[in-house]
Amino acid sequence: MTGYEGADLAIALINVVLLGLLFVIGVAIARMRSLFAIVMLSGVYSLISATWFVALDAVDVAFTEAAVGAGISTALLLGAMLLTSRTAKPEPRAMHIVPLLAVIAVGCMLVYATIDLPAFGDPNSPANTYVGTDYLHRTPEDIGVPNIVTAVLASYRGFDTLGETGVVFAAALSVILLLGFGERSLSASLRNKNKKKG
Amino acid sequence: MVEFILERGNYWAIIGLMMIGLYILFSSTNYIKRLVGLSIFQTSIILFYISLSRIDGGTAPILFGKDAKGHGGEHGAEAAGAAAAHGVDEVHEAANVAQGASDAAHSAASGQGFEHIYSNPLPHVLMLTAIVVGVATLAVGLAIVVRIREAYGTIESDEIREMDLEVALAEYAEDHPGEADPA
Repeated sequence: MTGYEGADLAIALINVVLLGLLFVIGVAIARMRSLFAIVMLSGVYSLISATWFVALDAVDVAFTEAAVGAGISTALLLGAMLLTSRTAKPEPRAMHIVPLLAVIAVGCMLVYATIDLPAFGDPNSPANTYVGTDYLHRTPEDIGVPNIVTAVLASYRGFDTLGETGVVFAAALSVILLLGFGERSLSASLRNKNKKKG
Repeated sequence: MVEFILERGNYWAIIGLMMIGLYILFSSTNYIKRLVGLSIFQTSIILFYISLSRIDGGTAPILFGKDAKGHGGEHGAEAAGAAAAHGVDEVHEAANVAQGASDAAHSAASGQGFEHIYSNPLPHVLMLTAIVVGVATLAVGLAIVVRIREAYGTIESDEIREMDLEVALAEYAEDHPGEADPA
């Protein structure tokens, strides 16, 4: 393979359709005020990005995004929405212009940076030539699992995964410390009882 | 010129998504909407990494066909077992085991020279970690939002700022009786 040979037309079409859908959903989320609709649209956004991961050959990431991104985080957002409020206040006028300018400035800088990036799907880009191919070639001998992502996740970078587990544990712990196991609702009902007595 | 744009159009679309997330994060006053914007921002970064890992004509980084076997009988059997777990039927599995054993005799070849092209597995692994950590941080953020709602009765940042200002002014007036209102 020498250099970039032009993207497959089907892949290009899928890219355009899915990224267009993501864009439309993003704009809809930015314009909406009903929190329920926002939460549901963010679930749809995660599912469509999972579809896009399948089109880009990242099947394991697609699994995780569909299960964790579209499933668990939508459930978490729904729960938080039920405990807080259903609608967002409309933003004041000044809150439209300043962020828009900041966002456009950041976007221009990032687009300027992409000029130096390797082409989409380039097999000779730095990201695709060194350690990634090394894992591909060593896994059959070292570990003998056909799925390279599993091999890297559980064996070559097992400590990364251990650290990730630590992060999830710390997050669960802090959520429990913040919200409790229901003691606060218990104390609230006790306080109400005392108020009725007093 | 057209080719240059086609090669990078993907990155630009992803940057557009990232900017939508950033805009929601900046402009909305509602904390839950802000967290949704944060997760859009984060998903766009995951999309960017995954699109970097793609190789033209490649497939998912799961060894199949000749690549999955021929690395010793033991490994061949393991690979066949995994293939069965992926839905290949029993007959296939038996054939794979047999072939893996026979390949073991004459194949000292390492993984060099694969039959198929596979996309780069490393960004996939890193992004798996990023997705899970992102949901963990989202959960902590939402727990803090629930506590804010209990303390202030609202989750709009401008209302909370006004309340904080009123409380601060009241405290100042208590500490310095007889002084004029600083505001």
